[in-house]
Amino acid sequence: MKQRFSFGALVRGAAGGHRHWQPQWRTPAMKRRYQVIVVGAGGHGLATAYYLAKNHGITDVAVIEKGWLGGGNTGRNTMVVRSNYLFPESTAIYDLALRLYEDLSRDLNYNIMLSQRGIVTLAHSRAELDGMARWATALQVNGIDSEIVDRDGVRRLVPTLKVADDARYPVVGGFLQRRGGIARHDAVAWGYARGADSYGVDIIQNCEVRDLIVRAGRIAGVETAQGVVEADSVALTVAGHSSVLAAKAGFRLPVTSYALQAFVSEPIKPILNTVVLSPVTGFYVSQSDKGELVMGGALDLYNSYAQRGNFPAIEGVLSSAVEMFPFMSRLKLMRHWGGIVDVVPDSSPIIGKSPVQGLYLNCGWGTGGFKAIPAGGFTLAHSIAHDTPHPIAAPFALDRFATGALIDEAGASGIAH
Amino acid sequence: MLLIPCPFCGPRAQIEFAYGGQSDIVRPKTPDAASDQEWAEYLFFRDNPKGSHRERWCHRDGCGLWFNLLRDTVTHRIARSSPVDEPRGGNA
Amino acid sequence: MARMPHGGRIDRTQPLSFTFNGRHLRGFAGDTLASALLANDVTLVGRSFKYHRPRGVMAAGVEDPSSLVHLGIGAAGEPNARATQVELYADLVATSQNCWPSLRFDLQSGFDAVHRLIPAGFYYKTFIWPRWSLYEGAIRRSAGLGMAQNLRDPDVYTHQYAHCDVLIVGGGPCGLRAAEVAAARGDRVMLVDDQRELGGSLLWRGAGGIAPDLPATIGALATTSNVQILARTTAVGYYDHNLVVMHQRLTNHLGKAAPNGTPRERLWQVRARRVLVATGATERPLVFPDNDRPGVMLADSVLHYLRRYAVVPGRRAVLFANNDPAYQAVFALADAGVEVAGVVDIRASVSDALAAELARRGIRLFSNSAICATHGRQRVRAVRVGAMPSGPTTTLACDLLLVSGGWAPNVHLFSQSGGKLRFDDAQSCFRPAQSAQAVQCIGAANGLFDSAIALREAATTALAPASADLLQWPSAGAGAPGTGDPLAIQPFWRVPRGLGHGRQWVDFHNDVTVDDIALAARENFVSVEHLKRYTGTGMAPDQGKTSNVNALAILALETGRDIAAVGTTTFRPPVVPVTLGAIAGRHIGGLYRARRLLPAHSRHVSMEAMIADYGGWMRPEAYPLPGESFEEAVRREGLAVRTRIGLFDASSLGKIEVAGPDAERFLDHVLVTRVEGMTVGQIRYFVMAKEQGIVFDDGVVMRLGADRYWVGASSAHAAHVAQTMDEWLQCEWPTWQVTVTDATRQWATLALAGPESRDVLSTAGTDIDLAAERFPHMCFREGLVANMPARVARVSFSGELQYEINVHAGHAVTLWDRLLAAGASEAIQPVGMEAWLGLRLEKGYLVVGIDTDGTTTPDDVGSAAWRKKTANFIGRRSLMRPHALRPDRQKLVGLLGVDPAKRLPVGAHILASPSALPPCATVGRITSSMLSASLGQSVALALLANGRARIGETVTAYFDGQRHMATVVPLPFYDPQGARLNA
Repeated sequence: MKQRFSFGALVRGAAGGHRHWQPQWRTPAMKRRYQVIVVGAGGHGLATAYYLAKNHGITDVAVIEKGWLGGGNTGRNTMVVRSNYLFPESTAIYDLALRLYEDLSRDLNYNIMLSQRGIVTLAHSRAELDGMARWATALQVNGIDSEIVDRDGVRRLVPTLKVADDARYPVVGGFLQRRGGIARHDAVAWGYARGADSYGVDIIQNCEVRDLIVRAGRIAGVETAQGVVEADSVALTVAGHSSVLAAKAGFRLPVTSYALQAFVSEPIKPILNTVVLSPVTGFYVSQSDKGELVMGGALDLYNSYAQRGNFPAIEGVLSSAVEMFPFMSRLKLMRHWGGIVDVVPDSSPIIGKSPVQGLYLNCGWGTGGFKAIPAGGFTLAHSIAHDTPHPIAAPFALDRFATGALIDEAGASGIAH
Repeated sequence: MLLIPCPFCGPRAQIEFAYGGQSDIVRPKTPDAASDQEWAEYLFFRDNPKGSHRERWCHRDGCGLWFNLLRDTVTHRIARSSPVDEPRGGNA
Repeated sequence: MARMPHGGRIDRTQPLSFTFNGRHLRGFAGDTLASALLANDVTLVGRSFKYHRPRGVMAAGVEDPSSLVHLGIGAAGEPNARATQVELYADLVATSQNCWPSLRFDLQSGFDAVHRLIPAGFYYKTFIWPRWSLYEGAIRRSAGLGMAQNLRDPDVYTHQYAHCDVLIVGGGPCGLRAAEVAAARGDRVMLVDDQRELGGSLLWRGAGGIAPDLPATIGALATTSNVQILARTTAVGYYDHNLVVMHQRLTNHLGKAAPNGTPRERLWQVRARRVLVATGATERPLVFPDNDRPGVMLADSVLHYLRRYAVVPGRRAVLFANNDPAYQAVFALADAGVEVAGVVDIRASVSDALAAELARRGIRLFSNSAICATHGRQRVRAVRVGAMPSGPTTTLACDLLLVSGGWAPNVHLFSQSGGKLRFDDAQSCFRPAQSAQAVQCIGAANGLFDSAIALREAATTALAPASADLLQWPSAGAGAPGTGDPLAIQPFWRVPRGLGHGRQWVDFHNDVTVDDIALAARENFVSVEHLKRYTGTGMAPDQGKTSNVNALAILALETGRDIAAVGTTTFRPPVVPVTLGAIAGRHIGGLYRARRLLPAHSRHVSMEAMIADYGGWMRPEAYPLPGESFEEAVRREGLAVRTRIGLFDASSLGKIEVAGPDAERFLDHVLVTRVEGMTVGQIRYFVMAKEQGIVFDDGVVMRLGADRYWVGASSAHAAHVAQTMDEWLQCEWPTWQVTVTDATRQWATLALAGPESRDVLSTAGTDIDLAAERFPHMCFREGLVANMPARVARVSFSGELQYEINVHAGHAVTLWDRLLAAGASEAIQPVGMEAWLGLRLEKGYLVVGIDTDGTTTPDDVGSAAWRKKTANFIGRRSLMRPHALRPDRQKLVGLLGVDPAKRLPVGAHILASPSALPPCATVGRITSSMLSASLGQSVALALLANGRARIGETVTAYFDGQRHMATVVPLPFYDPQGARLNA
């Protein structure tokens, strides 16, 4: 059993120079066989292992990671959590994630710093405001909080935003999900890792999975940098690298990997108290608890496995920042980086079975993977434990591309096509 | 910013180009005969390799022509560019 | 004696006054803010991020972790300006940040008193109950750093692009030498340096006569035509294919004297055939107890201040070092008359030469010793020296402690380029190992600390042949590792616990100590990336320039690994923080995203139209008369079309010419609807789909001639439609003889709509026979209109008799005026988009993107004619997939509001069960809606599951807590027989 984290424990620790703290997770030796192997120790993989153990009593689990846990997109995203999607299938899964997030710090005994400060989605024209009316209503009929705000409402929420008529994209209103916000991304990975580890899950870091072993259409294990490991079930939670592993198992995915960049300014005192997103300019921003403005925008639109982007996208995103928030002009960019996102044609995830028996998928979250971590893990664990999809994840099966039952969150916005 | 060698105009900055994804996607000649799965493969399923990728670009703000590029998706090293109707061959 | 009476590269004839925290101080032209503060004996400059510990200037360059101040006031203010990088100007105003009520007395320094309670990562372990948000506000307020003002930046920024054969980053001795040789060979050379003057370390450190003579070299280079020199320019980012982004400061150093309108900063994007990185190395501090007090400075930085600014930042100095070069600083201090209380060296002995130099100056050496404590509150007052490993201690009074723990080559750019590093055990530093682009490090940036070797290497490297093709960069070679004497150094990463007890600082800005790193290691955060994230090391604005190597060395010690095994973190751009305004450049305001203007835009403006963005086009929404509301104007304009006549600017409609022997076949392959069988002069409605079966666009297609068609795509999609057609043509049917030309912007299109339009067009003057039987609906004719060549189409989006007159775009204004004049007697009204959209709604015409979305198929909106086609058109097969054939698909239908005076809200969802309350299932939504003045009805378009089978039913729409009843009706609402448009 793990040490409990609390203020009292910190006080007791202070007396002893904090020498009593134990490792938050072990560095175990890898066994030759597990009931379940999860490939990829990002948020989704760790959450899958945690819920396998917690919800289904399956603890003979290894999470195998080629680098360091939480070092991929989980540690590279812009920390936004929200469930304001358009289709009922999407809202169901993203809101499951948000509800799990709402209780996650206590569940994991690890402060993930969930800050439900609200997310404002901006409308820049009459037609867009109509589109948002649809969006907000779609959420309301699905039982998710959302409210349309007018221009003055936006101004009150975001006083630093340029809303004027003479702006290239004047703000005419928007809609607000108050339960949206940000969470500390690293803490989510670490909290799940610590939680999974406490159930006996082995987290194997710095061990690349080089091949998947398939026998007669059924998964038999994986070949790693440290040798072959057998398993009854294998789950791939490797985001942008899903196609690479799928190819090893002999199938393709409707996934394209792109670099998505993120940006932080130098830290400043609090000036922005909500998350702001503009679908037209593609720009989004929030202020971290440390004071940095955390920004993002468009993808670098060509296949990429390089965890960095190029300058046109940087220029595009940061000119949006300065155009929409004139005060940012004199602030400085402190750091930027990229992650590899797995984009699917309908911008919805793929969760559940693969063409190989016993091999499960959780990918295709594209630019929205972080906000979905708890639900991705929760439903994938269910799929593995029961070999049948969790009802909330069922619409996100791979076969939707053949039937045409896409959940087209990108197309439905009416903007991207 | 990538420097992309247009086979017709020479090397130009990335911002002059539009990207078109994987090259050589073969459109079924008799789509009605294709199964739903085969049609889905054609529409959506892509190689998406980590490494050498044969892909299609259009020199939109230049000659306007589409062409094929052999590019490494990790290093962005470009090995070859060729007109879109040039038959596949050699290392491409 | 903070300022020496002589020397330095400052201009003593130009004294400058400035204020710091309201205090009036004086410096000289040539000073930095940091050197001027030190010259005024100001050692306390700021407070650290977490514990609010007193912080002073520690270094002389970009690496300084703590000297961040707020510069200027109001809109021209700049938070987080690094004092070491700020050139002094007249009346500069600087203020300390992150302290309250004052710098000297900062209440939040109370955090320091409880530091034991808040070690690294404490917030992950607490604030869990009941929830984080209760604590978050207070934490946020105490975090942050500078204060941003919500004001518009008065300055402008600009961008520049350049190409060169060789870009040399850093104008120190090696950069200059490389520039000389490359220039002599005829290369186009760009030489950039982040300081106001070139010279690098030559400005404060001699090179024994082997280095280039500074004024002569710079003078010669400056007059060489193939050399461009940029000072005050920092190469901040290295991107793919040898693109280097550089940040140049143009007017910051001028203060109020900056000329109006001159850009403040310029961002360069340079494509270089080769890049030589000559950025030198950064001195590392040593880690020992209480090593963070103001007055503790990097040894070479002290030398820098002394020689370059004639500033002595103390009266009694001590050096703590583990390497030979650090001694130069204390020798210089002693020679300048500063008392040197002692030199503390980790090493058991020093070379005879150094010992002799010490002896000559009477400086006491404590070898095999370390500093195990410092004293003083806001400035160091004394240090305690202890013999290793736990021997007796001596206290030395001093107010300046020079430290040197070795050197870290500045490999940021190299690493950003994809280059690999290796740890050099002999010199205790990371050096370039293998490059991934055409980049090489020279000099200290390559780990060559011996001047003679470095200069020779620089010249050789500069002369290496450039690759003919930029894309074929060399696969190896980061500059051959030089041979010769390595840096004489003995690694020393922290004071062992037996010798000292105080906190040993590693990251001076984010307040990370050795204990924090030990804690992280204990908790198994043993990856350097984990360490960084868990403790915050290297995450501050200085990005760990002085702390990264120390941190990972300590992590290596704590985990019993080699430094090489621990590895290093990724160097993420930018090398130094860059103003966001500079990155945005001119791409803001009117130049942020292009606005497309209609060719008669000036007329719409002069008629005071309300103008808005419709898919990138700036189009009139309505033309309100004085005193008229928007809604009233829309109603008036719509009624004018229904009863008399209106004039609508439709110039943004797509005009794509498809020509060639295979044009018909091509169009039958890219359109869902049929083209086959059209006669010349005929017009047909078309729908285009994506291959996924989704509606992409609709419009009309005209047959201009035997092999020529005109595709009138919608305004928002025209450009994309033309591009898509061309892509299919080039990539799928390259042998077909067809050309696709987007001529949208070459034509203006003005539409006369309304029962009087035939008369008004006739009045305007045309040689086209307008008689209905000879020029019926869905035909076009070519001729003259108001003496202008025109192509006139009888199509109708409004549902009335309508003529769309296409003329050369240059004639738009003339035609607009002539048509208005011709219609004056009929009280013609200009009609904006909003009324136009209302008119089409009454006719039940859809707008792609409003009444459809990325899930809508042609079948859903009533285009089933494709089933008769044989062509294998784009999207066809997708329409046969199971999901596209489901009976419960949402179909486009009309809705009549049960209350005719209440508008049905757009976005309302139609409930599956009228009695249910959300959350509940829905079966459709309202896509467009209006109160129709001409019909006296509340009408709407909706997508409704199985809608066409539900005609006559009453449905309930839900919107924002309210229910709206409506009846499902067939389309259109207005003139179902089409008598009016066929008139």
